[in-house]
Amino acid sequence: MISVDRLCRSFGSLVAVNDISFEVQKGQVLGFLGPNGAGKSTAMKILACFLEPDSGTASICGYDIRKNSLDVRRCLGYLAESSPAYGEMTVGSFLNFVCDARAIRGAKRRRALDRIVPMCSIESVYHQSIETLSKGYKRRVGLAQALIHDPQVLILDEPTDGLDPNQKYEVRCLINEMAGEKCIIISTHILEEVEAICSRTVIIARGKILADSTPNELKEKYQCSLDEVFRNITSSAQAAL
Amino acid sequence: MNGFMAVFKRELKGYFTTPVAYVFLIIFLFFAGYLTFRSGFYEMRQADLLVFFSHLPLLFVFMVPSTAMRLWSEERKSGSIELLLTLPITVTQAVWGKFIAAWAFLGIALLLTFPVPLTVYYLGSPDTGLIIVGYLGSFLMAGSYLAVGSFFSALSKNQVISFILSVVVCAILVYAGMPTTLDYLSGLLPGAALTMVARMSVLTHIESIQRGVLEFKDIAFFVISILCWIWACTIILNEKKAS
Repeated sequence: MISVDRLCRSFGSLVAVNDISFEVQKGQVLGFLGPNGAGKSTAMKILACFLEPDSGTASICGYDIRKNSLDVRRCLGYLAESSPAYGEMTVGSFLNFVCDARAIRGAKRRRALDRIVPMCSIESVYHQSIETLSKGYKRRVGLAQALIHDPQVLILDEPTDGLDPNQKYEVRCLINEMAGEKCIIISTHILEEVEAICSRTVIIARGKILADSTPNELKEKYQCSLDEVFRNITSSAQAAL
Repeated sequence: MNGFMAVFKRELKGYFTTPVAYVFLIIFLFFAGYLTFRSGFYEMRQADLLVFFSHLPLLFVFMVPSTAMRLWSEERKSGSIELLLTLPITVTQAVWGKFIAAWAFLGIALLLTFPVPLTVYYLGSPDTGLIIVGYLGSFLMAGSYLAVGSFFSALSKNQVISFILSVVVCAILVYAGMPTTLDYLSGLLPGAALTMVARMSVLTHIESIQRGVLEFKDIAFFVISILCWIWACTIILNEKKAS
């Protein structure tokens, strides 16, 4: 459902994403791993049609991100790194705005809100303005926004960042529940999370893909924990430069 | 259309959920009234709104950029632009949604000056057509300032910078048509260039509308300047949205 074809993007002299290609099928959860500044967020922003690639392209649900960017955005749920939202709005009016933008109206909107609000456990803050919320709640509002139209494809940039251990657990359960019928890409620094929810791992550093495999295969191949695999792969990439 | 309506609704509501709208309205209405009555509204002994309208071009130079400055600067600074543009909303829809919402807000502000025409109606029998044309002209002028403001708001993440730049440009557009400026320039520029400068000014066009002369060229001036600045704003946003 997602196929990425030789994507490149640079900012000035900095090459953020360098010739990345991969495919993700329905039912897969792809964990995007990499040190800070590896190009994970840039790649995700390109897939979410916020940035344009310098060259290469990708298609999501059969739509090309360059030619049919609106269709891509319609079938995609995207949670950005800092879960941006409009601080002065209440959670309720914010979710209603997202429904407006996604043309979810009437009974369909009521159903969507009734489903999503308990799912992300934000009932208690529904009438509170977003700027007064804690980081964890803000993150969950961002997640609710990304899931409200029940998208086929989900792109989540560090979905558990800033959550406490219980909330992390809940979000992981949520992702596991959805994993069957959706196609999900998440980025993360937390390696235990990869083992808990991802059916596939792509390790990326300096804009290039260094490994594309399952967590278990990686562990078997290198005969060590995922932590060490990650360190081995990414530090040899740094050294090579 | 969905994208446009969603942005429009959110923006217009947004004015009234924050104190921005109320502070703006109070200050605008105070000055609109104060300037009118101070500069001989009664002493003229004329039942028209010329005195009231004549202060609006300069008052708007400060008031309109203060509504426009937050349009895009805030969005880019807080990063919410990433949310907005990953929803199924195009940049063009978002730019027009915000612009029309802010323009509607300025329209509300103009309508709230109704006590001034009421006073005129109480004291005499003014020309209703002239008043309506005057208001329409002022609304168009507010729109063209707003388009300048949204361009500079897209240009800088910093609201103060975008405010100052748009005040300067709006002021130039007004002062270029002032008799004092034109007198001064008449010594420096040939006649044709001088007419050009005068025609580029908001003042030249708004004054003829406010006198009740509704001509195509004056309306076209405002419409074209709105379209051009908004178009430029769209281009800037496409370029800079991610930086």
